[in-house]
Amino acid sequence: MTQRIISAPIVTPETEHFWQAAQQGRFLLRRCTACHETHWYPRAICPFCLGDTVWQEHPGAGTIYSWTVMRREAAPFAMGYVALDDGPTMLADFTGIEFDRLKIGMRVKLAWSDTVNGAKMPSFTGG
Amino acid sequence: MTIKNRAYIMGAYEHPTRKAPDKSTAQLHAECARGALADAGLTKDDVDGYFCAGDAPGMGPLSMAEYMDLRLRHVDATDIGGSSYLMLVSHAAQAIAAGKCSVALITLAGRPRSEKPRAPNPMQPEAPWEWPYGIATLNAYALCAQRHMYEYGTTSEQLAWIKVAASHHAQHNPHAMLRDVVTVQDVLASPMVADPLHRMDCCVVSDGGGALIVTSPEVARSLKRPRVSVIGAGESVKHTMGGRVDLTYSAARVSGPIAFAEAGVTQADIQYASIYDSFTITVLMQLEDLGFCEKGQGGRFVADGNLISGVGRLPFNTDGGGLCNNHPANRGGITKIIEAVRQLRGEAHPAVQVPNCNLALAHGTGGLLGTRHGSATLILERQS
Repeated sequence: MTQRIISAPIVTPETEHFWQAAQQGRFLLRRCTACHETHWYPRAICPFCLGDTVWQEHPGAGTIYSWTVMRREAAPFAMGYVALDDGPTMLADFTGIEFDRLKIGMRVKLAWSDTVNGAKMPSFTGG
Repeated sequence: MTIKNRAYIMGAYEHPTRKAPDKSTAQLHAECARGALADAGLTKDDVDGYFCAGDAPGMGPLSMAEYMDLRLRHVDATDIGGSSYLMLVSHAAQAIAAGKCSVALITLAGRPRSEKPRAPNPMQPEAPWEWPYGIATLNAYALCAQRHMYEYGTTSEQLAWIKVAASHHAQHNPHAMLRDVVTVQDVLASPMVADPLHRMDCCVVSDGGGALIVTSPEVARSLKRPRVSVIGAGESVKHTMGGRVDLTYSAARVSGPIAFAEAGVTQADIQYASIYDSFTITVLMQLEDLGFCEKGQGGRFVADGNLISGVGRLPFNTDGGGLCNNHPANRGGITKIIEAVRQLRGEAHPAVQVPNCNLALAHGTGGLLGTRHGSATLILERQS
């Protein structure tokens, strides 16, 4: 099977720290200093109350909320939403899981994927 | 202020082409404008308001107004994908009701089969968190279908009935890209492209376009065409809600009730419905969210030909829809309105015409149902 190439992350001033931490294997979310909610994708301004937010590490465990497999690609791949434990639901791809095993409710854990420029993207694998 | 009976759709035109390698996008827009003006019995010089969306080349209304030498006193370039054109009808009606213009031209055109797609903007804030994972239109909608099946027991057979109904209608449309009647078995036998969606759960890709003319009541009365009144309109957007993702419903849950309330009618009154059909799951979720059935019952509602004209309770997309007929510029919004206008005028193909069709609904979804999207609902009434 052709190996899927993951494009390099798009780094912005707002999220630069996320990618630096990812390089060290730390998975960060943003938590609001006013309402204390965590959200996804990471923003400097809380989407729930427009308060300021800070980075907070998350263990990266969760369950599959929905999934699909893109079957027509040269390198078919699985992706979907993961509901993080005590956290937001995020889009990601699934690695190291046989397509036939994917199902909603399946436990998954963080697995960093390499991208074309060496940066790490959060992916999920069987938990 | 209400738009009810303050504006009328008096011109509608669907470009017959489905592949246009030898035309420019601006040219297609202008050809559609010419067609809709001729249909209404108006000329270019009557147009004082112009409305277009992201498919318009260049700087939208600026470039197209110059291309067609329109002399305008009102413009609007709302762009929320395929739902834009239903929003633009609503915005045109609002502008007309406010006296900002009296003859509004709305155009859509594009050539996805003949030219490369425009590069998306990497500065959109969600891009870093989605693009590397291969997000696309197809898998974003597949995620909704997967979750709907999990939550409500919806089946691939039920989704297939939506394509079957569209194909029954498309057989009568000489311009439709896919005119063969298909069965549930045909849909299930087509290749799985993004679980749980099969190839036949997906709409066509076509070059082409369409245009509409919306006018004031005074202008409408001066014209010879049947008058199609905009009696209700609603619009909304939905997204990933900061990570509180819920793929089981769409923004139609907001746009639908607004439109029904303004029109003063109920789902049971609707004789014909144009429902955006980028994928079969798009139709199913919108029917639920618009209240044609209870949430989770969409699968049962669409089964057994319930959407086939002359057979079922709710005839839908009698031109064959995006699933079989046309999805110009990857945006089906305007063709939804055009077929509703045909039905209300009694100008649909006789094999699919709803008898005495006086009240119709047109609904569009733009963007990606699985991430962020717009919804727009129009309720249209024939008035003599």
